[in-house]
Amino acid sequence: MVIVAHPSLEQSRANSHLIQAARQVPKVQVRDLYALYPDYLIDVAAEQAALSAATLVVWQHPIHWYSTTPLMKLYFDEVLAFNWAYGPGGNALRGKDIWLVATTGGPEDSYHPASYNRYFFDAFLPPYEQTAALCGMRFLQPMLLHGAHQVSETALTEHSAMYAQRLSSYPDWPELADLEDCIDCHVPETARPSVDSLDEDQMLQARV
Amino acid sequence: MEHTSWLSGTLVYLAAAVIAVPLAKFLGLGSIIGYLGAGILIGPWGLKLVTDPQDMLHFAEFGVVLMLFLVGLELEPRRLWQLRKPIFGWGSVQLFGSAALMLGAGLAAMSMTTGVDWRLALVAAVGLALSSTAIGLGVLNERNLMNTSSGQSVLSVSLLQDVAAIPLLALLPLLAAADAQASEGGGWLAAAKVLGVIATIVLGGRLLLRPALRWIARSDTPEIFTAASLLLVVATAALMQSVGLSMALGAFLAGVLLAESEYRRELETDIEPFKGLLLGLFFIAVGMSIDFKVVLSQPLLMAGVVLGFLLLKFAVLWVMGRTMPLPPPERPVFMILLAQGGEFGFVVFQTAAQAGVISAPASSFLVAAVAISMLLTPLLLVAADRWVIPKLAGQSGRSEPEISEPQNQSVIIAGSGRYGQIVGRLLFANGIKPTLLDHDAESIEAFRRFGWRVFYGDATRLDLLRVAGAEKAKVLVLAIDDMEQSIEVAKLVLQHFPHLHLVARARNAEHYYALRNLGVRFIERETFDSALMSARTVLENLGWLPHQARTLAMRFRRHNLVQLDKMAPLWKDEDKLIAAAKQGRQQLEELFAQERGDAAQRKVKAGWSGEDEKTV
Repeated sequence: MVIVAHPSLEQSRANSHLIQAARQVPKVQVRDLYALYPDYLIDVAAEQAALSAATLVVWQHPIHWYSTTPLMKLYFDEVLAFNWAYGPGGNALRGKDIWLVATTGGPEDSYHPASYNRYFFDAFLPPYEQTAALCGMRFLQPMLLHGAHQVSETALTEHSAMYAQRLSSYPDWPELADLEDCIDCHVPETARPSVDSLDEDQMLQARV
Repeated sequence: MEHTSWLSGTLVYLAAAVIAVPLAKFLGLGSIIGYLGAGILIGPWGLKLVTDPQDMLHFAEFGVVLMLFLVGLELEPRRLWQLRKPIFGWGSVQLFGSAALMLGAGLAAMSMTTGVDWRLALVAAVGLALSSTAIGLGVLNERNLMNTSSGQSVLSVSLLQDVAAIPLLALLPLLAAADAQASEGGGWLAAAKVLGVIATIVLGGRLLLRPALRWIARSDTPEIFTAASLLLVVATAALMQSVGLSMALGAFLAGVLLAESEYRRELETDIEPFKGLLLGLFFIAVGMSIDFKVVLSQPLLMAGVVLGFLLLKFAVLWVMGRTMPLPPPERPVFMILLAQGGEFGFVVFQTAAQAGVISAPASSFLVAAVAISMLLTPLLLVAADRWVIPKLAGQSGRSEPEISEPQNQSVIIAGSGRYGQIVGRLLFANGIKPTLLDHDAESIEAFRRFGWRVFYGDATRLDLLRVAGAEKAKVLVLAIDDMEQSIEVAKLVLQHFPHLHLVARARNAEHYYALRNLGVRFIERETFDSALMSARTVLENLGWLPHQARTLAMRFRRHNLVQLDKMAPLWKDEDKLIAAAKQGRQQLEELFAQERGDAAQRKVKAGWSGEDEKTV
């Protein structure tokens, strides 16, 4: 299942291209969050049901401020709920694979200590990796497209074709054979997140 | 026969049209061929049901007048002014270029055979250079090409021909004899009359017509408005004819002057059926008037003349199409629509024959040639569609990138009250200019002062919806106050314009379900969202945090929509409906109560001891 979150898809060449490629793969279900929930009112039950049915979950979005897009973050907050995705009894996603497919505006060489982004791109991945790990999911090698604004039409077509090819050949990827199972992150009952208004909302949402 | 029994005449014409036109359409030939075929069939050379087509031709020419009135209605004065260059520039190139070429060819052909008759050659060249406005604009309308660049070019050239036909007809008698005596005084007087009439039409159209129409519209008698529309065109035409000007040109002027008025759509709707029928009659009459005796007596000469003049006009039009330049796929239509001879040609030849400039047999020969070229036009179009245009379109094949921007697709808003207004304002702010329809003459006037495109008319009328562009529009916003009318319009639209996305306003639940049962998909209850906003404000005032109030309101909204959906099958049964509504409300209350309880518990567990009225 591919989860897309791009707040202004009408201006995106790369992500539109990638979505089109993914839609053409028969077994793939594409969920475009900004189209499904333009008012940011995520249907948590529906999203959890969709996640349960998937084995590979793709997070496809542009990198905005070194992170995901706002609706995708809200999606993490609300859908990956305590007692469901993590914590006691939170086993719904255990054993699934997470694949980050992201685009960046800056070119590849800007993600370098000597350039304006100051870090290699890998430095921005730990939050994703740990989100996956906490839910018991394997975090696969991300597929990145740097400099998405300037990329040529041919390069984009190639990239999309590879995306589609990878989606349709999953789980027969050579590297998956050597990949270890996810590290177990056990959250004890007593380690419930501290109560603030956000968590309250999270609880409210999870039950709908 | 025509005079003794108009009933049987009407019977013949209507029956012929009703049978022939759908048949021609079905065969992919277009309605004009159908009419022409029907004419040939019932005319003197077919079943002989009608023997004298000339009377009918004169009567039916009024169809062309009505058509030009409608064309004028679509052209605001500003746009007409922008067209002045194509009209006078390209129009003159077409007319004089074709005439000069044909004159040369005609003289050359004559000098080799019969001997030179320069008058005949000149009359023939000028007469054949004119094109058929009826066919040209008729085809443009039928194919929806009026707003393409080729459509505008065809219109420009046709307009120039209409203007030029007047001096041409006036000059014809001068060719007759050297002792032509145009008295100076008479000429001045005539010129003054012409100017007077045009001034009357322009000033009257600008100053008097709108108030007059508003006064008539207020009387709320639709048939009188129709009568007024017809009267307007007939009066203008009569006025123009009284000073020897083209009736069609006058009607066109009147149309242009009314193009900016709020009654434009209503006028169009009222005139349209008359125009359609009369124009059909006109084509039938053209079909009837083809004199097959003349054709058959000199078949080779006829074929030579028709092919010759078509080719020469094609040549001129081809050069024009390249230099304008028109997009290659549009060029064949442009060329074909202006190549044939036209109805003014008939008049030119008849006038010339009457004045003794050319002989009667020559005149009927030329009339037949024009009629045959008119018959060929739709056939050529079919051929071009099939073989030429696809190739050209392929050649120019710039593959357009997939359109992701919303296009400026037309939106119709029925009902310009408070609701339709807000919808319209958001659209306007985004560069979309919706067409507003309302039947309240007063509020329309108010809107127009703010620069809106508002039209007077009753949206429950199918023909009016059609004229408002329902066939081309993408979305129709149904914002009418009156529930019965709203449902009526929804029915009409769903039946006749299934492609239109209906976005409807519902006054209450009953209205909502009625629309929903018809199959309307996008319905908003008019007070629902504003009431929810108020409810949010109430919660905030009681101490809820703004974002929490928003979340609760949004979730209430979603629950309510699901509930509305569940109750849809029950809406006729009031008891069940109330029971279901109660049950739904209870469920939501329980859900919210449980959530409040959970939240309170968590706070206690986390050691939160703050007094909080929200969680009580």
